[in-house]
This record gives sequence, C-alpha cells and structure tokens, in this order.
Amino acid sequence: MRSKFRLVAELVGPLAAVAIVTVFGSTMSIAQQGNVTNILVTTTIVVALYVFTGNSGVMSFGQISFVAVGAFAAGILTAPTLTRQANMPSLFKFLSTTQISNFDSLLLGAGLGALFAFLVGVVLLRLSGLSAGIATFAVLEITYDVLSYWDKIGPGVMPVVLVPVTTTLVMGALGLGVAIVVAFAYQRTRSCRLLRATREDAVAAQGIGISIFQHRLIAFTISGAIAGFAGALFVHELGSISTGQVYIDLTFATLAMLVVGGTGSLWGAVLGGIALGVLESFLSNAENGVAIGSWHVTLPNGLSVVIVGVIMVVVLIFAPKGISGSHEFLERFFSHRPAKAGTGTEPESTAKMTDEESSEVPLSPRPTS
Amino acid sequence: MSWIGHLVNAVSLGVVYGLVAVSVGLVFGVLRQVNLAQGEVIALGAYSLWMTRDLPVVVRILVCIGVCVAMSLVIQVIIFRPLRGASALTTLIVTFGLSYALEGVWTIVFGTNGQPVSMLSSLNQVVVGGNVGLRWITLVEMGVGGIFFALLVLVLYGSKIGVMMRATAEDFRTARIVGVRIDRVVTLAFVFGGVSAAMVAILFTVQTPLVTPTLGFNLITLGLVGTVLGGIDRLGRATAGGFVVGFVNSMLGAIIPQELLVFLPMLTFMFVIVMLVVRPAGLFTPKGSNVERV
Repeated sequence: MRSKFRLVAELVGPLAAVAIVTVFGSTMSIAQQGNVTNILVTTTIVVALYVFTGNSGVMSFGQISFVAVGAFAAGILTAPTLTRQANMPSLFKFLSTTQISNFDSLLLGAGLGALFAFLVGVVLLRLSGLSAGIATFAVLEITYDVLSYWDKIGPGVMPVVLVPVTTTLVMGALGLGVAIVVAFAYQRTRSCRLLRATREDAVAAQGIGISIFQHRLIAFTISGAIAGFAGALFVHELGSISTGQVYIDLTFATLAMLVVGGTGSLWGAVLGGIALGVLESFLSNAENGVAIGSWHVTLPNGLSVVIVGVIMVVVLIFAPKGISGSHEFLERFFSHRPAKAGTGTEPESTAKMTDEESSEVPLSPRPTS
Repeated sequence: MSWIGHLVNAVSLGVVYGLVAVSVGLVFGVLRQVNLAQGEVIALGAYSLWMTRDLPVVVRILVCIGVCVAMSLVIQVIIFRPLRGASALTTLIVTFGLSYALEGVWTIVFGTNGQPVSMLSSLNQVVVGGNVGLRWITLVEMGVGGIFFALLVLVLYGSKIGVMMRATAEDFRTARIVGVRIDRVVTLAFVFGGVSAAMVAILFTVQTPLVTPTLGFNLITLGLVGTVLGGIDRLGRATAGGFVVGFVNSMLGAIIPQELLVFLPMLTFMFVIVMLVVRPAGLFTPKGSNVERV
C-alpha cells in the first residue's frame, strides 16, 4: 500500500508544483507571465537533462545541442515562408517552402532531438567520466558552430524571426507536464532500473550481464526527445531564436538547476528548475531596476550569474545531493520504517546519490543460465 | 605566409595551451580532481597586468605571478579542501559554477568590452621576415615554456617534495600513511598551477592585447580538452595533449580556405571527438593500460 502511495506521490508531487506555479503565474501581469512561462520551459529542459544524467550518473554538457536543433527546426518551419525567403535566401528548398503547424513542430522537435541524440549517443556513450563530459561538450560546440554559420540549414548569424508565439503560460505548463509524465513513465521501465544499477556499481552491473551502453543509449535518446520538444516550446515562447540563446549560458543555467535541485530525482529536477528560475527572473528584473519597498534598486548587469554560480558552488559543497536530497517527492515519508528493529542501519547516512530506492526496487533478474 | 610561418605560429599557440594543460594537470595529478576555475586565475592575472599598466614591466610580471598564485591558493582552500575525495566530475561542475560566477564578477568590475593590455609589445616585432614571419614572442614563448617545464621536471624528479608529489599522484592514501605531508603537496601543486597560469596570462596578452571577461573560460575549455585528450593522469602526456590541441587548432586555421574559417571550431572539436573515441585513455597513453570505458 505504502509503495503505491509513494508511486502516486512521485508523479503527483512534481505535477502539483507545476500547477501551483501556473496558477500563481496566471494572477500576474502579462510581462510577468512571460517570465513564468520561461521558467516552465527551462524546467522542461532540466527534466530532459535529468532523464539522462540523473539515471545514468554520466554528466552531459551537450544536451542543449538537442534543444537547439528542436528550436531551430520548429522556428524555421513555422515562420512565414515569405520571411524565410527574404531573410534566409540560401536555405535548402524544402526548408524554405515547407510550412507546418505549431503543434506538428513540437512533434518534429522531439523527433529530431531523439534522432540527433541517438546518432551522437551511438558514437560517444562508450566513454565515461571526464572523457564523456569533454566529448558531449564538443558536441555542443560543433552544433553551435554549424547552426551559426551554415546558411543552408538556418539563418546564419542572424536570428530566426517572426515565429508564431503559441507557448502561453498554460501551454508551457502542459509541455512541462508531458515531459514529467514521460520521465516518470521511463523511470518505471526495466531499462531505467538497469541503468540505475549501472550508475550505482558499473562493474557489478556488467557482471550480471547488463549492457551499460544499450541502456545509456535509450536514456540519452529519450532525453534528446524531451530536449528537442523543449526547444520547440522555447522558440514558440520567444517568437525568435539565435544560436547564442541555446549555447553555454543555457547549459550552465540548466546544469545549475539540476544540481541545486538534486541530480538523482525527478522531483529534484523540477524543484531546482522552478526555484532557481524564480530567483533568476527576480534578479534579472532587478538588473533593470526594481522597487523593493520604498527604495529603487538597480543591480549591476551580470550579478544574477554571480549569485546563481555561488549558490551552485555552495550547494554542491554542503549538500551534494541537492535541496531535494535526491529523493522523490515524499519518498522518505512513505518509506519510513519504525525504528524498533534497532539494527542501527541508517539508510541515508552512507548513500552516494540515491539510496533507498536502489535497495528496494528489485534489480533485473539475472539472465538465467 | 609559407608553411614554415604557419608551423611557427602553431608551435607558439601550442606552447600556450601546453602551459594551460600543465596547470590543470598538476592539480589533477595530486588530487584526481579537475579545476576549471584555473581559467579565471589566468583572467585575473591578465586583468592585473591592465591594472598595473603604469608600473615597470618587471613589477607587473611579479604582481601578475603573485596575484595568480594567491588566487590559486584561495580556490584551493575554499573549493578543494571541502571537496577532498569528491569525484573529478563533481569538482568539474563546482568549478564550472565558480568560473561562471567569476566571469560575472569580471563583467561587473572591468566591463563587458574588455581592457587593453599593452605590455612588451616590442616582442611582436619580426625576427626573420619574409616567408617565415617569425616574431620574438614566439621565441620567448618557446624559451619560457621550455625552461618552465624543465624546472618542473627538475623539481618533480630531483627534490624531496617532488618525490612526495609523485608519490601522492601514484597513491594518495598510501602516501599519506607513509608520512607524506599531503597538505603541503597539494599547496605546492596549486602554487605551480598559479605560476603557470601567470605565464599564460603574460604570454597570451602580449600576442592578443585585449582582456575580456570570457578570456579565461575560452582558454581553459580548449586547454582542458587538450589535457583529457593527451591523458590527464600523467603531467607529460597532459602537457603534450594541450600542445597538440593548440597546434592542430592553429594549423587547421591556416590550412582551410578563408571562407570556411568560421567552421574551425567544428573541425577542432570533430578532431577531439575522433581522438577520444579512438584513444579514450589519452593520445599518449600506451595501449593496454587501464581504460575508462564501457
């Protein structure tokens, strides 16, 4: 019974947080609603990052590449064809004439993100640790460079403009909701549990016949799909996109959100995205001048980055599992057991990233001999 | 320019990235942790050259070295001491955050557009003209880089503290058990890291006399890429990796046609990916050694 409740809480908690933010945002001015929508879309990217990094324990600096591909594909194919022919004369023919609906562009973003992630993953996912970090960073650099300068597939150094704006507050919330449900559903699969086993102990997992590469590739592809989908949401939120918006700054922002929230849980990803998102939008408001009480404050440009960076450093040093402790929503409440057994085993004290779950969820049956 | 000229340029950029790799590799060797914030040490060093622009050159160089060493030690105390024993990836992310925060600080304090540093600009004069285009700075770079690396080798292999450093790099716990003063060794690694960062700051600003807030991050990313590419757990290999990345980047820039120059980062990072996939343990790591690969 308890475990059923726990499962429900694991899904409902993040969704409820999104609903609360959305309801709260809908009471604000139009301009502020835009900020809230932006938080929701950014959190969708954090969920994408979590699906791979949280479950596999491998850090990727390249997930924003998939966001970029989704955003540019969705932006170009939904902008008016006349604008495209005027602003991007060298585009491939099918890119300059095909017109798709905004909804289709979301699906296209997800599809392209998945495809790109799959191709990258096949080449890179045999790497681990630092090499994997460097290699995924290289993918980000390559994507940025190609999208910025190859004018047959994009606008070159110019931004894509006049993209129809349809990601409203509600659409942003729905998009994030879909991403959360997908991430949750994936977490329940056998493949994800096997992947988590490889995260906890790669050697032991391989010893019982788990293919690390295969399960990482599945997670990477799903993560790419969510990232591409988030990219399409993003472009329909902004109405325009340039390569600088989907590059290192966004990589840093989403990574900070994930590690501050807690890398090891979906709840942590959502919590971190919302918490840092609110803080960042407050700070960037304050950089343009804001009234606090009776006095008018203008923070220097760049201060928000400093504060977010410092928070990230402090959290990682003092609470490496993030503010969620890398637990799912109410996970500890439901899995709490009476202490009368008195064995002295403290499940929380020694664990590395996520703890109870890996001991409770039965690992895959061994391949029968 | 002839191919000799390109070669000379490539070597000089290679030396700069080799020095960046030294400063990353030294810390990694002792602690098995990555310090991405080393780039911001370089940036601060470069800014210190701007702040001391009215003073004599020798003073400016000494101030720069002092500032870099001090900054390096502050990072060691604030970030690396609490994180001792954490994984390389954790420290990579923490110092990534720190780099970004510091970049914000530079923007606030020194402005977005960068500050001009004119120092030793006479070094940009040509030694051998014509097709070769050899400038004094290139010779100075090779000389300084060579001497520094030789000194480092001398310390590591010829002094007691050097032996301690190598022992720590080999096996942290055992070294501690047999009485190696770990804290002293770690401090020394950061001091050397600071000195090599100062040299990068000086050599780089002579060639490119504009210091912008992103200078450190740009240098360290490519430097770290080179370090991992060469084989991060041996200082010599890491340095060679840094050299290779700088060299290849410069050579590719010279070879490809002008209109394709914008795709230089793509080519460089393609090269990096291919090398990482083919030789995941490092370009200069012998085959058959322990490979981190699944």
